[in-house]
Formats: sequence, C-alpha cells, structure tokens
Amino acid sequence: MKKNRKKSRLFEIWGQLKKNKLAVIALVVLILLALLAILGPLISPYHYADQNPKLQYAGSTGAHLLGTDKLGRDILSRLIYGARQSLEMGVIAVVIAAIIGITIGAVAGYYGGWVDNLCMRLLDIYQAMPMLLLCITLAAVLGPSLRNAIIALGIGTVPGYARLMRATVLTIREKEYIEAAKAINASDARIIVKHMLPNAMAPLIIEITMGVGSCILAGSALSFIGLGVQPPIPEWGAMISDARSVMRDHPTLALYPGICVMISVLSCNLLGDGLRDALDPRLKN
Amino acid sequence: MAPLLEIRNLKKYFKTGGGMLHAVDGINVTLSEGKTLGVVGESGCGKSTLGRTILHLLDATDGQILFEGKDITNPSKKELHKLRENMQIIFQDPFSSLNPRMSVSAAIMEPLMLKGGLSKSDMLEETRLLMDTVGIARRFENAYPHELDGGRRQRIGIARALSLKPKFIVCDEPVSALDVSIQAQIINLMLDLQEERGLAYMFVTHDLSVVKYISDDIMVMYLGQMVEKAPADELFRNTLHPYTKALLSAIPIPSIHNKTKRILLTGEITSPVNPKPGCRFVARCPYASEECHELQTLEEAEPGHFVSCCKYKEINNNI
Repeated sequence: MKKNRKKSRLFEIWGQLKKNKLAVIALVVLILLALLAILGPLISPYHYADQNPKLQYAGSTGAHLLGTDKLGRDILSRLIYGARQSLEMGVIAVVIAAIIGITIGAVAGYYGGWVDNLCMRLLDIYQAMPMLLLCITLAAVLGPSLRNAIIALGIGTVPGYARLMRATVLTIREKEYIEAAKAINASDARIIVKHMLPNAMAPLIIEITMGVGSCILAGSALSFIGLGVQPPIPEWGAMISDARSVMRDHPTLALYPGICVMISVLSCNLLGDGLRDALDPRLKN
Repeated sequence: MAPLLEIRNLKKYFKTGGGMLHAVDGINVTLSEGKTLGVVGESGCGKSTLGRTILHLLDATDGQILFEGKDITNPSKKELHKLRENMQIIFQDPFSSLNPRMSVSAAIMEPLMLKGGLSKSDMLEETRLLMDTVGIARRFENAYPHELDGGRRQRIGIARALSLKPKFIVCDEPVSALDVSIQAQIINLMLDLQEERGLAYMFVTHDLSVVKYISDDIMVMYLGQMVEKAPADELFRNTLHPYTKALLSAIPIPSIHNKTKRILLTGEITSPVNPKPGCRFVARCPYASEECHELQTLEEAEPGHFVSCCKYKEINNNI
C-alpha cells in the first residue's frame, strides 16, 4: 500500500519534470557523467598515467582525440578518470554540508531565542574566515587526500545552508498550518521534518545544486595547491591549474576540463531548477 | 455536574516594546456540553487569543481553565496530548492552515496517525468516513489543498478537528474567509455536526448575523475584556452596553423601510498596551463620564445577562 503511493509520487514528479525539456537534458547529461565516472577505466582509451615523452602537447589526432599534455598523457583519458574525482568532490561535499547546515538552520529557526542566537553567532565566527581559506586550513590539518578535501569542503560550506534554512523556517514558522500541527499534538521533530522541510525545499534545492558546482571549483582549488587530489591522479580543476602556465600556447589543455566543469555545473543548476518546479504541487499543469 | 469548560479570570499578556499588551484581561466564562458560545468584537480585541489560550497554543499569563471540572491551566505534556483529543480548533484561513505539501487524505489522517493505535488500513477507512461526514467527495483524496476551493479546504480543516472526536471545538472565524454562499454551507455543516455529536463550540467571529444564528450565548469583547454576555435572543432584544449597541447597529438590514440609525463611534481604539483601570471603552463612549474611569464590575442585569457598565441603567432608561 505504502510502497504503491511512494511509487506513484515519484512517477508524478517525473511526469512534471518531463515537461521541462532543459531539465531532462540536464538529467541525461548528469547520468552520462555519472556513468563516465563509474565506467571510466573501461571506456578510456589509455590509462590516466600513461606517459609518452615523444608526444608532448600533441594536438588532436586519431590516437589522441583531444591531444596530450606536457608529459604526453592522453587528455581524453584524464578527463574521463577525472570525472570521478570531480563529481565525488562536488556531490559528497555538498551532501555533508547540506545535512549539517539544514539541521542547524532548522533548529535555530524553529526554536528561536537563545538557541538561535548561539547558532547564529557561532556561524558569524565561522564566516569571519573566507570559505576557501577555511577549507585550506581544514584540509591542511587533516592531511592532503581526496577524502580529507571532501570533508574540508563539506564543513567549510555549512553556513550558507544553515542561514538559508533558518531564514526559510522563520517565514514558515508563522504559517497557520504549523499552529494547526501543534494543535493535533505533532512533536517538534515531526513539525520540522514533515511540515517545514518540504515547504523549505524550493530554495534549498537551488542552493544544493548550485553548491555542487561551486564545490567542484573549490575542490580544484584545493587540488591546485596540493591539498586535494594528489598527482598523478587527474582531476578537472587540477588539470586547469596544470594548464595555466601554457595557456597561451596550448589553450585547449585548459579548455577541455573547463568545458567539463561548465557542463556539469550548468546541468546541476538546470536540473535543480526543474526539480524545484516538479516538487511543488502548486505549480502543476 | 461541572460545566464542560470553565474559564476563571483568564489573562494573556504579551510583552511588547511599550509594555505589557493586555490581549485577554480577566475573562470569566462557562460553556456546557453541546452549546455554542459566540465571541464577538472588533479586530484586535483578543477573541482569537482567547481561543488559542484555551487550547494551550499560547500559555496563559494568569487565571484558570477547567475542563470537565479538572484544572488544565498548566498541563503536563501527557495531559496536554490527552486534552487536545477533547479540544480542537478550526482555523480562520483555510488557505494557510493546510500544509500545501500534504494531500487531502494525508492531512486528515495526520491527527489519527499521531494519536496512534490504528492500523494503516483502519486509518484510511476512518479518513474516508470523515471525508463523507464533512462532505468532501472521495475523488479528492489525493488532491492537494491548492486544487480545492475555500469551502472544500475549510471542510478539510473541520475533518481534521473532528478526527480525534473532541467534545469542544474552538472555531476561530471559520467562515470569514469564505464566500457568503459557502459560509452558509459550512455553518449548516457545523450545526449538523453539533447535533450529531453533541459538540460544544466557541465560535469566534466579527460577523454578528452569523453569531446570532448559531449561538446559545454571546459574549461581546472589547480590548481583552468582556463587556456584555447574554443568551443570544436576549442580547439582541435587550442590548445594554453602549459598545454592543454600536456593534449591533452596524448589522446591515436588507429592507428599504429600515430606518434604524447606525451608531457611529468616533475616536481611535484605545491601545491595549498598559491600559488604564476603568472602562476601556471610555474614550469612544458617547455616555462617558467621570465614574467610568473607575474600575468596572460585571453586573447581572437580568438572569444570565451580564454587563460591565456602571451607567447601563441610566443609559437604557433614557432611550
């Protein structure tokens, strides 16, 4: 019975999403990127670390579709392998940040008073440090690795979600249906999860999907200064950084990973936009 | 036997920048099973606050609330949960009192689910029966509130309030957001339910013609205080308080021969923040004099007819 209803709800959301062509394209692109990340080793023409000293900075050829970098490594293969690192960094970091941030924001906004004050003042201290600097510090303390970079990014981007959730909860708290829920003995936890969260979802989905993009970018910054993905493992951001010094002579080296970042960030945003509309029952038809 | 609900000297103050706002200030009222108490007064006189305080959606500042003879002013969490199975509320605005992300059946089922003790299929069955009771077709089961009109939404609100089988329902202007034709439907539904289930209503409204139609007793509030209370017929026939007179004269009567003069009040409504002792209506009352600035007491002018005006005899003899 319950399963049936859940299924039909998902079906309904898909029905809504289908109407938004851009969102469907974005979803397809993201699925393809995810497949690329998962199946990378099977479909890439070379291993990401295969060097060919004779073929430095080669242009596009039949053997190397997108050319090679300064060590003669195949760019296409490195992009395919890099998808895994980049997407992992973006998605997991955002999930960590969103879970912590939404929890803090919901509690602060719902209870108000000193709880709210305490949370918000702590976040003020938190935000007094620039986000990237905080991530760098955290990553440095934890030690350079992909996992630690993800944790650093996740913790570093919490305040945005917390503030957004708090602001949304503050407006929802005054709605009569919250009072109506109290009148039928709903617990605080239920009110937050069942009544506030679904109604706060619209701005959160946008923030989360945007966050994936900015986390991919921030992650590449960490990789650039050696605190993220360690060479020779490829990562899009790190590849852009590597290509920076030869940008004038070989612009494609930075261009290809740049396009990859752009496509994934754009897809996330478009899908987020479509999801927000599909999840809102008021926007049906 | 103790009355269903008894309120003794109930006070609810809000802290504001300027001082204490006396939203409800010393209300005494009793309500018996199956009866309707109409509460009327202009906007901001504390009538909604009174209803919410009784239900403990707001905490009382002072005074006592007794339900079936039991003091429920400061209930424990467990007592409160039990209490709310007996006392429910219907909200004013059916557009904001329903969660837009919850389907009709989910909204009606929620109180049953929170109470517990029913299986999923029993709850669904109960929900459908409730939908029948309040007159929402079953095909709307999976609809969302925004897809329904105001009348249907208010029916959902009523079904939610009924689902726990309460004995007493606070109706907080349940029809003021609806079209006139739908108002009549909803009020008739509520009267039918009252007859069927022996419900007691506290009907908060500023619509006097509605309150006359459904109430047994009517209480008139002004700035947090009760100025007059009487059985419905008595109040309309033998109006004693000058404020009630002004209020009743504002009811439009659809007749071209109607020559009753409307009493127009002048002046601003007095601020409920840190009010002075004495009659609160004094600033706008056409009969006000020196003695009105002293503390007013509630007098029983006729059996069951209470009025809080030191000059009511004088005023009503002159007319």
